[in-house]
Amino acid sequence: MNIHEYQAKAILRKFGVPVPDGHVCYNGASAREWAKRLGDGPWVVKAQIHAGGRGKGGGVKLAKTSSEVQMIARDMLGMTLRTHQTGPEGKVVHRVLVENGCDIARELYVSLVVDRTTSKVTVMASTEGGMDIEEVAAKTPEKIFTEKIEPLVGLTQFQGRKLAFALGLEGKQIGKAAKMFEALYTTFIACDCSLLEVNPLVVTGSGELLALDAKFGFDDNALFRHLQIGDMRDFDEEDANEIEASQHDLSYISLTGNIGCLVNGAGLAMATMDIIKHYGGDPANFLDVGGGATIERVTEAFKIILSDKNVEGILVNIFGGIMKCDVIATGVIQAAKQVALKVPLVVRLEGTNVEKGKQLLAESGLDIVAADGMADAAQKIIMAVSAKGGRA
Amino acid sequence: MSILVDKNTKVITQGITGSTGLFHAQGAREYGTQMVGGVTPGKGGTTVDGFPVFNTVADAVRETGATASVIYVPPPFAADSIMEAVDAGLELVCCITEGIPVLDMVKVKQFMQGKNTRLIGPNCPGVITPGQCKIGIMPGYIHKPGKVGVVSRSGTLTYEAVWQLTGYGLGQSTCVGIGGDPVNGTSHLDCLRMFEEDPDTEAVIMIGEIGGYAEEEAAYFVKEHMTKPVAAYIAGRTAPPGKRMGHAGAIISGGKGTAAEKVAVLESCGISVAATPAEMAQALMKIYRPGIKNTHHYVTAPAAAAV
Repeated sequence: MNIHEYQAKAILRKFGVPVPDGHVCYNGASAREWAKRLGDGPWVVKAQIHAGGRGKGGGVKLAKTSSEVQMIARDMLGMTLRTHQTGPEGKVVHRVLVENGCDIARELYVSLVVDRTTSKVTVMASTEGGMDIEEVAAKTPEKIFTEKIEPLVGLTQFQGRKLAFALGLEGKQIGKAAKMFEALYTTFIACDCSLLEVNPLVVTGSGELLALDAKFGFDDNALFRHLQIGDMRDFDEEDANEIEASQHDLSYISLTGNIGCLVNGAGLAMATMDIIKHYGGDPANFLDVGGGATIERVTEAFKIILSDKNVEGILVNIFGGIMKCDVIATGVIQAAKQVALKVPLVVRLEGTNVEKGKQLLAESGLDIVAADGMADAAQKIIMAVSAKGGRA
Repeated sequence: MSILVDKNTKVITQGITGSTGLFHAQGAREYGTQMVGGVTPGKGGTTVDGFPVFNTVADAVRETGATASVIYVPPPFAADSIMEAVDAGLELVCCITEGIPVLDMVKVKQFMQGKNTRLIGPNCPGVITPGQCKIGIMPGYIHKPGKVGVVSRSGTLTYEAVWQLTGYGLGQSTCVGIGGDPVNGTSHLDCLRMFEEDPDTEAVIMIGEIGGYAEEEAAYFVKEHMTKPVAAYIAGRTAPPGKRMGHAGAIISGGKGTAAEKVAVLESCGISVAATPAEMAQALMKIYRPGIKNTHHYVTAPAAAAV
C-alpha cells in the first residue's frame, strides 16, 4: 500500500523526523488561508498523487505571495498530471500540499528497506539527492553507503554517525543526522514498512536537515495491526479492478494485453503470462486466486477479468494443491453463466480432484475448451482469440 | 536416501484443530507420513481424528518423539509458532502459512541464529520425499520416487515441474518448496548443497522468480561446486517492471533481479534454462540421462543462447 506525501510527512513528524511545515488543501481559497497561517512565504504547492517525477510534469510550483498560492492550487486541482511513473493516461490531482519553502544548500538521499540477502533492515544513504537511486547505483555505486541493522539492537548512534560523515556532514549536523536516522528506523519498524525513502533530504542554508519529500511502502501483510495506516489509503489513486480484487483477497495486476488469466499461485501466474507471450499472445492481467479460494472468490475473479474491455479470451490454469479442481470448475461454470460469457475460454486443470473438475466442465453445457498442459493451453487460447478476429 | 525427510521422519502439526491443518494432516497420513500428533494451545489432552493434541510443541516432542513440524497457524501468530518449534529443538520446521509480516520474519531469523533447526518457508507448499514422507499441501499422487531433486520458490510451479518429470518417467528424490517471501528459512543454495551431497539425487531442477539475488548465488555454486546436472526455469520474463517493489530493494540485493539477467547468469554457469514453463523436464533431459553419472556441465551453444 502507498500513501500521499503529506501523509508520509505527518507520520515522519510524529516520529521526530524534521519536515517542512505544511498542510493538505482541497481548494484554492483554503490553500491561500493555510499559506498565511504557515508563514510569510515563499511557499511550495505540490500536487498529491501516488507517482514520482511530479516536478517535471508541472506538479510542484513555487509561490511568492499567498494569492499566487491560491492561483497555483486552483489550477493544479483537477488537472491531469503526466509523469514517467503515471503512464500516458496520467493521474487527476485531487489534493495539493502547501508548505513553507526553504533554501537548499545540499540535496542528499536516504532510504530503508528489508534486504532479502541478509534478512535485515538496511539503511542506504547517498550524496546524490534528488536523483533516481537506481541511476546512482548504476553509474556511481561508490556514492551509496549502507548500514545493516541488527534487529535486537536497532540502529545505533555510531552507525548514524558513520553515515553522516560519509555524507560529508559536519559539526552539529552529525548529531542531528544520527538522531534523524534513528527516528527513521523507529518509524520503519513501528509502521511495518517495506520501503521508506527520503529523497531529497536537504541541508538548508542555515545547516538544518529537512526531509523534503518522503515515500512509504507498507507491508500489506502487516496492515492488520496498523488500522490507522489502512485508513490513509486513497482509492482514487488505484486501479478500480485492483481495488475490487484486493477486497476479495485476489492478487490482480492489470496489464495491456487481451488474454485474461486466472491462475493459482504467483509463480504459476507469472509463468502463465510468460508462456502466452512466448507463443505470440499478450496477457491482459496477472491474477492469483490464492490457495484457499472459494466458489465465490473464483466467480469474483472471473467478473474482474471480464470487466477489462480489452479481454478477448480467458485462460484458466490451475494446478491444485490446497485448491481443489472441482471448486475451480464450479466457480468457472457459475461465473460463465452469471456474466453470459461471450469470449473463448480455455481451461487447464491438474491436481487435487482433477477428474471431478473436468467432469463438471464437460457436463456444464458451456463452450469450454479443455487443455492438457500449459503449452497446449496457451496455444489453444491464442488460436481461439485470433479465430474470433482478435489480436494475436 | 533423500534430503530433509524420509520414512523415519515423525511429524507434528501446529494448528491441527484448524480446518486447514487437520485436512492436510489427514492427507499426509494417508500418503504414509508418520503424522504423530499436533499442537493447539488450550486443547492439550484431547484428540482430533485419532491425532493426540498437545498444548505446547515441547510437550508434543517429549510424548511423540517428533523430529519435524508443519505449521498451519494464521499469519499474525505464525512467527511465534516457528520460534516455539525452534525452541523445542526440532530438526525441521515447515511453515506453510502465507502472509506473515516481513519484520516478524526478520526477528525469527535472528532468533534462529546458532540453533540447529532448519526452517522451510514460510509461504511454501512444504517438502516431499516421494513414497516416504509428505509434509505440506502438495498433491501426493503427482510424485514418483526417483533421482531428481526439485527446489522452487513457487508452490504450483513445483507441481508443474514434478508433473512433467513424472510424465517422462523421471522420479524425484526430494521436492522442496522454499517459499516466495523475501525473508525465508532456506535458500536455493542451501538445497543445492544438500542435493549435491545426497547420493540418491542425480540431477536437480531449480525454479526461480524475478527479484532478489538468490538464483544467481545458487548458479555460482553450481558452477564452482556441483558435479550433478542442473536445469532451471525463471518465472516473470513478462512481468511489468513498474509493478515491482521499490527500486531500493533490488539495488542492495546486488542485482536488478530481472528474468533476463538471471537467465544469462544461470546459463553462463552451465545450467540448462527452460524457455517456457512447459519445458522444465525437457530442459533437464538435454543434460541428464538417468543412471548415468554426469561429471561435466552443459554448455549453451552460442546460437542457442542468441534465440
